[in-house]
Amino acid sequence: MRFFKYLVSTDHKVIGLLYAGTSLCFLLIGFALVLVMRWQLAYPGEPVPLVGGLFGVANAPGGIVLPEFYNQLGAMHGTIMVFLGVVPLAVGAFGNYLVPLQVGAHDMAFPRLNLGSYWFYLAGGLVMLASFFVTGGAANNGWTSYAPLSDLAPGHGQTLWLVGMGLIIVSSLLGAINVITTIVQLRAPGLTWFRLPFFVWAQFITSFLLLLAFPALQAAAILQGMDRLVGTSFFLPSGLAVSGQALNVAGGGSALLWQHLFWFLAHPEVYVLILPALGIVAEVIANNTRKPLWGYRSMVYSVFVLGFLSFIVWAHHMFLTGMGTTISAFFQATTMIISIPSVIILSALMLSLYGGSIRFTTPMLFALGFLPMFGIGGLTGLPLGLATTDVPLHDTTYVVGHFHYLVAPGTLFALFAGIYYWFPLATGRMMNDLLGRVHFVGSLVCMNLIFMPMFVQGLAGVNRRLWDGGEQYAHAQSVLSLNVTMSMAAFGLAFFQLFFMVNLFMSLRGGRVVGANPWQATTLEWSTESSVRAYRDPYVYSLPGAAADFVPQDQPAEPS
Amino acid sequence: MMDWLGMPVAASAHAGDVDRLMVLVHWLMLVLFVGWGGFLLYVLVRFRRSAQPVAMHKGMRGSWSTWIEGGILTAEVILLAFFSIPTWSARVDAFPSEQQSTVVRVVAEQYAWNVHYPGPDGLFGRTDLALLGPSNPLGLDRSDPAGRDDITTINQMHFPVDRPVIVHLSSKDMIHSFALPQMRVKQDAIPGLAQPVWFTPTTTGQWEIACSQLCGLGHYRMRGFYTVESTAEYEAWLAEEAAFLLEQ
Repeated sequence: MRFFKYLVSTDHKVIGLLYAGTSLCFLLIGFALVLVMRWQLAYPGEPVPLVGGLFGVANAPGGIVLPEFYNQLGAMHGTIMVFLGVVPLAVGAFGNYLVPLQVGAHDMAFPRLNLGSYWFYLAGGLVMLASFFVTGGAANNGWTSYAPLSDLAPGHGQTLWLVGMGLIIVSSLLGAINVITTIVQLRAPGLTWFRLPFFVWAQFITSFLLLLAFPALQAAAILQGMDRLVGTSFFLPSGLAVSGQALNVAGGGSALLWQHLFWFLAHPEVYVLILPALGIVAEVIANNTRKPLWGYRSMVYSVFVLGFLSFIVWAHHMFLTGMGTTISAFFQATTMIISIPSVIILSALMLSLYGGSIRFTTPMLFALGFLPMFGIGGLTGLPLGLATTDVPLHDTTYVVGHFHYLVAPGTLFALFAGIYYWFPLATGRMMNDLLGRVHFVGSLVCMNLIFMPMFVQGLAGVNRRLWDGGEQYAHAQSVLSLNVTMSMAAFGLAFFQLFFMVNLFMSLRGGRVVGANPWQATTLEWSTESSVRAYRDPYVYSLPGAAADFVPQDQPAEPS
Repeated sequence: MMDWLGMPVAASAHAGDVDRLMVLVHWLMLVLFVGWGGFLLYVLVRFRRSAQPVAMHKGMRGSWSTWIEGGILTAEVILLAFFSIPTWSARVDAFPSEQQSTVVRVVAEQYAWNVHYPGPDGLFGRTDLALLGPSNPLGLDRSDPAGRDDITTINQMHFPVDRPVIVHLSSKDMIHSFALPQMRVKQDAIPGLAQPVWFTPTTTGQWEIACSQLCGLGHYRMRGFYTVESTAEYEAWLAEEAAFLLEQ
């Protein structure tokens, strides 16, 4: 019954932990899917060992992954990782748990809406999972679900994907309204805007992105659902012929419209993946360098600019759809401009290290690993953002390497940093340091071995989403053996995640018990007072003349 | 740098422009990464706790980070204004005249490239959805005078070297993407839209056409072949195909 009580609690901490547990499960599922893909890419057409028999005859007869099933795995890996794993962990879990604490509020502004947000998320996730078990399996049209492929896909998988997305979007909207209102309305006395921790700013802008960008996909999902279910043709042009047969549809629609609606969401979505990560890394760096963040205000301004600009870069995903010079120049220019605030934030985080007294704790290792990895991800965006160099690289594994560097050793490392850092806040216990370090080093090495070769393959012209990993193509031959390297590294990465899982469960019961503020941090979430008041900026570390090397935000000023 | 990047052989007139920008961008990336990486390693060693027991509250002084950010912006503006946009404009705004080019239609479908040459008269015959069939994937109307001499192939393209090629690209079913890696050409084929793309092959050779956009379960095997050959060889191939057409 205790479990049931948690499921209906409106306490933001409980909801945050529910989000955390659920999204970690989804991350594991999404990762498991890609392990099957990586086996197939390294050894095309060979039966998947150990688990190959579990996928059913329709998907993997004799354990051999069929192309249809491979495409399901690809589409669902992307969908699950982005919409059910990373965003719910970054926003649902960390946002829910920490934003009220860091602004000194007792709970979110709308606790019941908050619970509703979790329920919609869970429902959306379960619909997505259930879609694997319907005839024809899950959606297999890429996480981007481009029409007409997705419009015309047989079976119910794509329809369930749309339903699942619809539920997830409702969940995000409820969560976003809540975070924004909480930050605007419920800040503790004395906590002025520029005394907010950077993490809160990141969540604030992220929530605006969710609120303003997701409705475009909501609308698009409804339109595509109507195309699939009631015979409309929003995304189906006239004159289609599939398998040599003229298609009997009304026609008159536009295949390209879907891409515009999808990317109008999905580019801001990229920043939804990134901004909370930057927020977490900023907190961990300030705490472990024992000094204030360098350029806090310019970071805040940059995150505003990023948020705004992220709405006007979407068509850089569509340079090859027949774009003229003017439109392509516009989207190239905005894409170059958006790199500047990103550079400012990353530089500020780097420069914050200068002059610090750096403690290499486990969370700090992940935060430090984040910096160069995120840098690689950002830099490799440059040739993709210039339309001319995008031509040879578009839809190759170079793109896959680019965004995985941002999200895997980028955002996921930040999320791990956050878990190790705030675990004692949630449980009163520390996670094991040695296991944490092994987890970090193993993950860092394996992730680079997985994603670095993707740049090599992509430059050689190997396309993504190929069932046989490009085996048929002559231009892929010289780089084909990297598929084995990458897959081995992926299995190694799985091995090193065991250290995290063991650590997580072990530390829940057996972790070292610590006091209320084990990291000697300054921000309000570590305060033990039931009502807090803020007296100063968020990161007052190593203040000359102060008694300790940290002065908490809620410590009253000494009478002078 | 070009050798390190390991791109396919550059065999078209504009490939050099694309590759030059590719090299410049990667130099910029390398310089930034090495610079940041060096700084990161330095501060991690210099400011480790044992070397710096007490942190400096004020941190770094000076405005050189602003200069670096300004420098990056300047580099990006140069790459954009002097390389990327002009090259793109030359690709999409300045199509060569059809008289002086090899003109060909390509109609993509799951999972093949249907190729349509206009034949000696230089005119494409009428196509009609109603005429689609296993032996006529283009739906070409052979009773149309313009269509009688048209040459059609599946997954096979031939181009004469050093003469512009204009490909009129379209799709019957899904979105595909027509990629000729050695030509530095990639263009989505979107149903309902006509997409012209052009290039001038400058090196002879035999290579592959790749589909770059997920188009269904057979996407991985949607592979075609193209040959760039001397004008004489190209004419001979056309004559061979025309003779084959007469036999039918």
